[in-house]
Amino acid sequence: MSRHTLSVLVENKPGVLTRVSALFARRAFNIHSLAVGPTEHEEISRITVVVDVEAHPLEHVTKQLNKLVNVIKIVELDAESSVQRELLLVKVRADASTRAGVLEVVDLFRAHVVDVVPDTVVVEATGTAAKLSALLAALEPYGVREIVKSGTLAVGRGSRSITDRALERARTA
Amino acid sequence: MVQPNPTPAQVAARTASRPTDRSVSGEEVTGAESIVRSLESVGVEDVFGIPGGAILPLYDPLMDSKRIRHILVRHEQGGGHAAQGYAHATGKVGVTMATSGPGATNLVTPLTDAHMDSVPLVAITGQVAESLIGTDGFQEADIVGITMPVTKHSYLVTDAADIPRTIAEAFHIASTGRPGPVLVDIAKSAMTARTTFSWPQELALPGYHPVTKPHAKQIREAAKLLATARRPVLYVGGGVIRSGASEALRRLVDTSGAAVVTTLTARGAVPDSHPQHLGMPGMHGTVPAVAALQKADLVVALGARFDDRVTGRLSSFAPHAAVVHADIDPAEIGKNRPVDVPIVGDLREVIADLVPALEAEHAKVGKPDLAAWWHQLDTWRETYPLGFSPTDDGHLAPQHVISRLGELAGPDAIYAAGVGQHQMWAAQFIRYERPRTWLNSAGLGTMGFAVPAAMGAKVGEPDREVWAIDGDGCFQMTNQELATCAINDIPIKVALINNSSLGMVRQWQTLFYDERYSNTDLHTGHGTARIPDFVKLADAYGCEGIRVEREDEVDAAIKRAQQIDDRPVVIDFQVSRDAMVWPMVAAGVPNDDIQYARGISPAWDRED
Repeated sequence: MSRHTLSVLVENKPGVLTRVSALFARRAFNIHSLAVGPTEHEEISRITVVVDVEAHPLEHVTKQLNKLVNVIKIVELDAESSVQRELLLVKVRADASTRAGVLEVVDLFRAHVVDVVPDTVVVEATGTAAKLSALLAALEPYGVREIVKSGTLAVGRGSRSITDRALERARTA
Repeated sequence: MVQPNPTPAQVAARTASRPTDRSVSGEEVTGAESIVRSLESVGVEDVFGIPGGAILPLYDPLMDSKRIRHILVRHEQGGGHAAQGYAHATGKVGVTMATSGPGATNLVTPLTDAHMDSVPLVAITGQVAESLIGTDGFQEADIVGITMPVTKHSYLVTDAADIPRTIAEAFHIASTGRPGPVLVDIAKSAMTARTTFSWPQELALPGYHPVTKPHAKQIREAAKLLATARRPVLYVGGGVIRSGASEALRRLVDTSGAAVVTTLTARGAVPDSHPQHLGMPGMHGTVPAVAALQKADLVVALGARFDDRVTGRLSSFAPHAAVVHADIDPAEIGKNRPVDVPIVGDLREVIADLVPALEAEHAKVGKPDLAAWWHQLDTWRETYPLGFSPTDDGHLAPQHVISRLGELAGPDAIYAAGVGQHQMWAAQFIRYERPRTWLNSAGLGTMGFAVPAAMGAKVGEPDREVWAIDGDGCFQMTNQELATCAINDIPIKVALINNSSLGMVRQWQTLFYDERYSNTDLHTGHGTARIPDFVKLADAYGCEGIRVEREDEVDAAIKRAQQIDDRPVVIDFQVSRDAMVWPMVAAGVPNDDIQYARGISPAWDRED
């Protein structure tokens, strides 16, 4: 299995996320993570989806996605030419005896503590999947109580905007 | 907002409908009136449906429409298949209507069927009022959610202002690109709201741009292969019929000199009388058609999708062939079989470009010498023609009945089949000469398709003789539409191939389950309880019922049916239950293992 990150620009309408995720289910494509949100154009939403596939079926994934009427554009973003980040919120046991150790780990990973009570802290971190895994491993000995992770978000490096180009194409087509 | 290219007028012209040329701006109407006005404006003439609570507001102004004929069907599934039959036969978009909840869920089968066979269909369903959506209200079903995987696209309309644009888009999507079903689910509250109606509408489809013009380089590559192949086969699928490319294809067939096979959805795309036509490939295809693909050095797939019923075991399908695959749906190309030359485009344009490109190649490299190939193909044709053995139980041979029907009704008639043995025999033993004369449920394999599809075809093509060729199992699933036919002056004819059993399932039990006939006996034939008695049933529905038990009665019964035009006719042909469909490639085995008849496989080596 290889992992691919797709940016899927869709019309900002009800039910579009369902169509996209249902298509993955129906075609037996495996979603690793999925994140959706608005873009700089209010009529367009952007879904970032990370799929586990071999190279050949990836073409099928994009072709099938392209058949959805509400899908405007699909761009594959590779790790080298894009910035890819996840957000992690993790609740870690940290009492008076262990808090200093936990905070040291938080500093090492340039994460932040966003909530403190006498026996736990909540740590917020962003980064690549690899960095967040390493952070979790480092926190593990202190007692991880709760993990929340976002799907991967990705944007291409450089000045070009895929949303602008997609809209131009839709307008001139 | 995004400006799309084609106007609804162009859309309607493409689907051969007649839109109103009158433009209307901001007229005050109810949502329900807006639906009727939109349907009229997009060119709808015939609708198959049943009213119910949530769609009642629509049926009131529909009653006053002078352009739309609504045919009241007896079951929503029948309405859906009728709309499919109408679309199959005419090339126009078929339209069906149903109410919310159970009305809408009864459309799931025809929508899925239309999705599998790329039939342009628009289904309008009533939905509960917006305030009730999501509350499990009476007759509420999330039909948009339920049908998402089986529609080309779908809409839930809760704002009456969206009605005209949505309907314009639905017809555009259903009829362009790879055709398919579109569901428009409209809340009752939107039907009763006051709104304005304007036409024409601007479509807002920024993500929908079907590619119709093929890439010139790919066309040249395909022409090069076709000009140099020694064993070329044109593998013709239903896309040729959907795109109206039959005439263009004829020129390609003649220019290329290649062998031609037509799949179950493409029967009639090339005349069966054409000397290069080898018949249908696949599980119950002819030996020459199956063998040609297996031995080909080039397969040119035109609007076909390498379905498992055609390829048999995929890894051993057409093992020596380079593949050119032309289709309007890019997702079909390379889905099952790797492709050497992919061509995305409308087949009419693809073939129109391919013919001169091929002629140019011929001018450069000369016409290929296909004599050896045709010698081999002709040997297979002579050795393994389609045929059948006489029955030994005194009952009719179903193949004989269907052959005679094909000869007496001829190539101008329209034939609609259900699913099973009778469908395969109808695909094999009737000679099709024109596109849009063979209607069946190929991809989904929906039993019960024939009667409502024939009804829809007869509404669309009232001057043609329309036959439903049906099995006794299929017929019992949808024969309630005989009432619709009888009452609405839709005189279809039904040839019931009654073997008193679920014949295809029984055939598999004979071949693969030690003749253990688990739950396939239907008790409708000779010497059984005859429940139901189809002749009495026909009579009860106001149809002419004829029973045929002897071979010398077959022609007379068909001729009598042909003379009756004031009511539907049902002929109950009592056929042998032991007749089997041959040739056959068992599921999942290589096509090379085709059996010409039980236990008889062609000896390929001798011919090679």
